[in-house]
Amino acid sequence: MRDVKVSLVGYGIVGHGVVDVLNRKKKMLRDMGLNLLLISVTDHTGTVVSKDGVDADKILGERTLANVATSSMKGKEAISAIDSDLMIEVTPTNIVHGQPGLGHMEAALSSGKHVVTSNKGPLVVSYASLKKLAEDNGVMLKFEATVGGTMPLISLVERTLVGNTILGIRGIFNGTCNYILTRMTEEGIPYTHALSEAQDLGIAEADPSYDVEGVDTAGKVVILANSLFDMNVKYSDVDVTGITGVTPEALALAKKRGYAIKLIGDVPALTVRPTLVPLDSPICVAGTLNSAAIYTDLSGTITVSGLGAGSIETASAILTDIVSIYRTKRIDTIF
Amino acid sequence: MRLSMDLELQDIPGQLLLAMQPLSDNKANIISVVHHRDRKTPRGMIPVRFVVEMDRSKIETVQARLKESGISVVRAGEDRFIEAVSVVLVGHVLDSDLGDTINRIDTTGFAEVMDLSLTMPGVNEPTSAYLKIRATGKAEIQKALTILRSVGKEKKLLVIEPIETEAV
Repeated sequence: MRDVKVSLVGYGIVGHGVVDVLNRKKKMLRDMGLNLLLISVTDHTGTVVSKDGVDADKILGERTLANVATSSMKGKEAISAIDSDLMIEVTPTNIVHGQPGLGHMEAALSSGKHVVTSNKGPLVVSYASLKKLAEDNGVMLKFEATVGGTMPLISLVERTLVGNTILGIRGIFNGTCNYILTRMTEEGIPYTHALSEAQDLGIAEADPSYDVEGVDTAGKVVILANSLFDMNVKYSDVDVTGITGVTPEALALAKKRGYAIKLIGDVPALTVRPTLVPLDSPICVAGTLNSAAIYTDLSGTITVSGLGAGSIETASAILTDIVSIYRTKRIDTIF
Repeated sequence: MRLSMDLELQDIPGQLLLAMQPLSDNKANIISVVHHRDRKTPRGMIPVRFVVEMDRSKIETVQARLKESGISVVRAGEDRFIEAVSVVLVGHVLDSDLGDTINRIDTTGFAEVMDLSLTMPGVNEPTSAYLKIRATGKAEIQKALTILRSVGKEKKLLVIEPIETEAV
């Protein structure tokens, strides 16, 4: 049995999902030989610490940790003080300066903790230096949940398709945009109408600009470019056009000719723009689904699709990353 | 020159050979033959499309020979534009001089706008337009799209291009 002490930083929607999933899957993980012990949960109000494992039932009903915190430690202070093997970083993303996640990740990696995250900001802002920090400290930085949510993409390319040269990846990486475009097409309603519907359903944020202007998709394009294509690019290198200019008439004209209009991110072209996608193409998925076509030299084109967001779904991608850290054996260490 | 020909053959043995003989005799190089057994005409004939490279001066001879053999030539024409692409434009498509936008493609000589549909929901609302552009080859399609992209930038139009189906 491998004992792994895990600390969680960030207790929003994804943080709750992580606590729930780690609790639900405890037995299954033990059967695999992995004893994941969640020894701390930290948010902006404080930290819950327990050497024997945080009681999930006790904190899952709480929106923040304000009423249950056992310590007032926050952020980097908590990360350095708590002796864990692995940190899960799920604080809110900021694509401009990457904080507070960037500071959290630097603190964890430099003190020899593996980092698993769904937080795009730090990776978009400084992927190369985080990667180097992880290597220098002999630990891993895993971020499957940052692109396409639960849809396997990074691990699919890095593990399953290993040996292939990846020529390009094109896909739908934002469920909010895809939902809005799908509803506009189905009902012939204008953008603003579909947006308010999405906001009512909790699919779009009160300030939707991050999604609908293509910022979120562009962040994912940067992460894919840097991590899978060894490029060294920034957010400003991506040519971004959002979906706010798309009209229901344009969607109807396209549909009549056998096309849907989707917000497509393209690597290595580094573009995000509304694009005509044939209705019979496997990446032409509807609703909040994400999809990606991976173009390879040996395997042709591989297409994946799945839920791009959601509390439990994102936590699932985080769990996959955690398990993969302890399952990965470098080729030169196998004997 | 490249030529495409739509023929109708009777559904009896030997018809395809009969249709190919005049082509062969006139040194036409067959690029493709598509035999649409599933699309029989009401008269029970089978449509067949030939694409051939041949000398322009021999076309009439070939057509006459085919007719003599009882094969009907539904259509025969030069295939200058062999690639096509769909594009959607959104914005002030008309007010920004649609004629000029189309002209910029048509005057290239290698590409032209062959289909255009417009939807204008209201006076002050953006117009949406569907364009089908055809060109003499794949590279020319890309050149036409580049032109359209720069026209779009200049006239503040949203240019929605089709996804590339292959990695470039």
